[in-house]
Amino acid sequence: MSDAKYFQRGKIQELRAELNSDKRDPKHTKKKTVMKKIVANMTMGNDMSPLFPDIINVMNVPILEIKKMVYLYLINYARSKPDMAMMAITMFIKDVEDPNPLIRALAIRTMGYIQVEKIIDCLIDPLSHCLRDQDPYVRKTAAICVAKLYMYDRGLVESERLIEKLRDLLNDPNPTVVANAVAALTEISERSDDIQLSLNLSVASKLVTALNECSEWGQTYILEALMYYVPQDSGNAELLAERITPRLQHANSAVVLTSVKVIVYLMNYMEKEEDISNLCRKLSPPLVTLLSAEPEVQYVALRNILLVIQKRPEVLKNDMKVFFCKYNDPIYVKMAKLEIMFCLANAGNVDQVLSELKEYAAEVDVDFVRKAVRSIGRLAVKIESAAQRCIAALIELIETKVNYVVQEAIVVIKDIFRKYPNQYESIIGTLCENLDNLDEPEAKAAMIWIIGQYADRIENADVLLDDFLYTFLEEPVEVQLALLTATVKLFIKRPTAGQDLVPKVLKWATEEVDNPDLRDRGYVYWRLLSTDPAAAKAVVLSEKPQISTETDNMEPALLDELLLHVSSLASIYHKSPTTFISNYKPRYLMPSPVLQRSRSSQFESNLPIPQTTEVQEQKEATAANRLSFNGNGYDFSGFQTGNPYATEVVNRPEIRQSQVTGGADLLLDL
Amino acid sequence: MISAFFIYNQKGEVLISRLYRHDLKRSVADIFRIQVISNTDVRTPIITLGSTSFFHVRHENLYIVAVTKWNANAALVFEFCNRVINIGKAYFGKFDEEAVKNNFVVIYELLDEILDFGYPQNSETDTLKLYITTEVVKSERAVEDSSKITIQATGATSWRRSDIKYRKNEAFIDVIESVNLLISNTGTVLRADVSGQILMRAYLSGTPECKFGLNDKLLLDKDAVMKSNPLRRPNAVEIDDCQFHQCVKLVHPVVNEIGRTRVEYKINIKANFSPKLYAHNVVLKIPTPLNSAKVEVKVGAGGKAKYAPAENCIIWKIPRFQGQSEFSLSGEAELSAMTHKKAWSRPPISMDFQVLMFTSSGLLVRFLKVFEKSGYQSVKWVRYMTKAGTYQIRF
Repeated sequence: MSDAKYFQRGKIQELRAELNSDKRDPKHTKKKTVMKKIVANMTMGNDMSPLFPDIINVMNVPILEIKKMVYLYLINYARSKPDMAMMAITMFIKDVEDPNPLIRALAIRTMGYIQVEKIIDCLIDPLSHCLRDQDPYVRKTAAICVAKLYMYDRGLVESERLIEKLRDLLNDPNPTVVANAVAALTEISERSDDIQLSLNLSVASKLVTALNECSEWGQTYILEALMYYVPQDSGNAELLAERITPRLQHANSAVVLTSVKVIVYLMNYMEKEEDISNLCRKLSPPLVTLLSAEPEVQYVALRNILLVIQKRPEVLKNDMKVFFCKYNDPIYVKMAKLEIMFCLANAGNVDQVLSELKEYAAEVDVDFVRKAVRSIGRLAVKIESAAQRCIAALIELIETKVNYVVQEAIVVIKDIFRKYPNQYESIIGTLCENLDNLDEPEAKAAMIWIIGQYADRIENADVLLDDFLYTFLEEPVEVQLALLTATVKLFIKRPTAGQDLVPKVLKWATEEVDNPDLRDRGYVYWRLLSTDPAAAKAVVLSEKPQISTETDNMEPALLDELLLHVSSLASIYHKSPTTFISNYKPRYLMPSPVLQRSRSSQFESNLPIPQTTEVQEQKEATAANRLSFNGNGYDFSGFQTGNPYATEVVNRPEIRQSQVTGGADLLLDL
Repeated sequence: MISAFFIYNQKGEVLISRLYRHDLKRSVADIFRIQVISNTDVRTPIITLGSTSFFHVRHENLYIVAVTKWNANAALVFEFCNRVINIGKAYFGKFDEEAVKNNFVVIYELLDEILDFGYPQNSETDTLKLYITTEVVKSERAVEDSSKITIQATGATSWRRSDIKYRKNEAFIDVIESVNLLISNTGTVLRADVSGQILMRAYLSGTPECKFGLNDKLLLDKDAVMKSNPLRRPNAVEIDDCQFHQCVKLVHPVVNEIGRTRVEYKINIKANFSPKLYAHNVVLKIPTPLNSAKVEVKVGAGGKAKYAPAENCIIWKIPRFQGQSEFSLSGEAELSAMTHKKAWSRPPISMDFQVLMFTSSGLLVRFLKVFEKSGYQSVKWVRYMTKAGTYQIRF
């Protein structure tokens, strides 16, 4: 076929004439051609809505290909012409009764997309029938259609008891129907204020059985839903995880990563360390295998690996080498690998890591090189035994005189000096050779800090500072603050060297600058120096707290939250989904007698634990009130209503609602 | 889940546009064009603006783009984009701008079928081809046929019809391994691993269960079981504990940058596998500095080498390379003076090759059994091939 020719702007008038042409067209080939032109124009973004009445006439042409194009047209324009859309109803009503299951499903599917009140009204009845259709293909289409309808009108779905019918489909003999019903229920519960999905053991177990029979996508939907099963018993958690592990071997990375998510989630409810470490061992190989997938999938995997290894350091601890960057890896893969390499580095493998990082520091991509240099410095802070070699590597890099490399190195050397005071000062001389090239605030501030800190050893510290002070008023605040403090340090350590500089800087800081922080700090120093020099010395040269790379680690509560979102966008950005998606229900580990209160809970241990029984009662009461599931002779498949968060939110004021930001700017710079 | 799906050409023109949810308008297509296609420095396959996220995959001269406003499963979205590409290739032979434009109506039909309200549905090409065809007029079909299709599309073995018959029952197993190797400039092996695929092409009647056994420790007690499949089924078998027996080839490069004007190359290559086997299509790409003015290369007995200025490298091709043999190349690049110094990042030497009937991991298929109700005889074949994955040598 060569339909490319239809990709040119068509005039409404001409198209209308062609649609209504009286010419003989026994096989409807002319109609088909004009429909193709219209669809091509729709694709290009040209407004085809004026043709609506003419299209309605075409609906009766008994050719499936044309029908599908007409439906596509309706999906695109019905909302802008609701009155016209009415005219299509007879056609739809005829189609949902069609003996051919493909046609029935097509009609239901299309009607669900056309969110126009009159059409939706006509959809309710046939939809209820289709949910019980004898053909599984129709049932699975109808299941998704309930979710469509829910987005359009929640009240309608509830009043028509469609959710109950959807829930019945969980017992469907066909696995694809079950999977689609699960997907629809999951989405409805994630968007609803009062419906909460929660699976009991028997439903969860039934779903796991259905897993083996499902398509890859269906497996993903079911695995996602299993996140709503809260184990009440450690053994059950272990057993369920064990039954899911074969999914780790699947060729589809979505199945693999979603399985990882469920298994890591279930680990929170396991008591035996042995079970956990057994499972951890099983997680490593499939994660490594994902690294030979397409680069985009690798990226998703890498970002998630970084989360998993922070929570479960056993995973991948011996697999450092697979994270070495290949020359032709895309930049986003390289950056993600670098972070994992740093995280996995330990005294045993640090030499390998270091020689890799040196290699990367010689590449061309500026961001990548910077990150490599910075990682070398962080390694020195993280692993004491390697500090000497890391510093040697940094000095080597500084000697290349590549501007951004030098600046990045100086920033991390400052941290090394903080961590290991009085050990590596011999390199200060080398650093001072590069002062003229510093043009980034962070590097400048770091260098100035070093000069101030070692003012007593750097003979010409006053000259160096004076050079920096020359542009004091033009500098960004962080550099000004560093200059102010460094000058005061110099004065305290070597009064004669600093006596000319200090008054100048204090005067600038307090009189010429608008920034309140800088001004306040200026006044504080001034008063200290003028009233009690001894106190000034004690304050300015006070003992500094130890630094460590531990502070780089993710906050445990956030880590736990993100692990509930493995494989999702949130896991890639390492940001709670509530920060970039509006009206997103926050998720956290649900309480259970076997929930292991690990690091994260120590962190939150001062918070009262919500009283489970009360929540349970409340949930059940609401469930009984709203949908009366128990009374209808259904087996209780665990779909409950009521908002279990209600009590918890009150008890846990720190839930990060306050952090909701615009998101756009934050996320773009990743 | 996925709210919209677009295909663009390189110029940013929309070739396919399908909205699945009303939380987006078609105008989001323009945002992607501005933010990604017109941007020369795209550093991530996902961008999020506000709460709208764009996932993209590039293929040939196309951008395949999925848009969501939800905290979507990213792996699923990318798998879906790649699946669309594979379905496109299966339907049209090639999936590029021309193919998309020429078949846009079929692509819309497919998209309506494989993605419902943003949820990927059955996407097995074999099943789809039963009811979405590129041939003209075939739309009216018997109801019984349709029921058969729907059963298959929703069944446990959605990729295979149950009533397939072959006169001669044959099964072919291909074991294809890719060797990934990274050697540092001092000659130490930084990374050496093999990732393999076992592909089975089955011409077997009915839906038999096939079992095959490997010589691998892990799986010996638990043979991999998979249902037979007429087409490629990339069911990756995990054999991570398998040790890498021997490095297939060792390359010893000596590259000296002599001052600012000359670079000398001396590269030896030796095949470490059995002399009974041959490697085919061995290609080495040896990067040269960006400012090379003139490059001369000499090779001994093995193959041909020439300088490809467009790719900034020397390409050394050895069509047939016997095991245990050794070749060498020497060369010299003269560099022109450059107005502004730009560091040469010294990309690694990369290498491509194929060795038939050899698996670098030592993996062997021990047996293949076919179990079918009628108990027919079948003929089975096994082929092995090792090829280069990412095979890089730093110098």
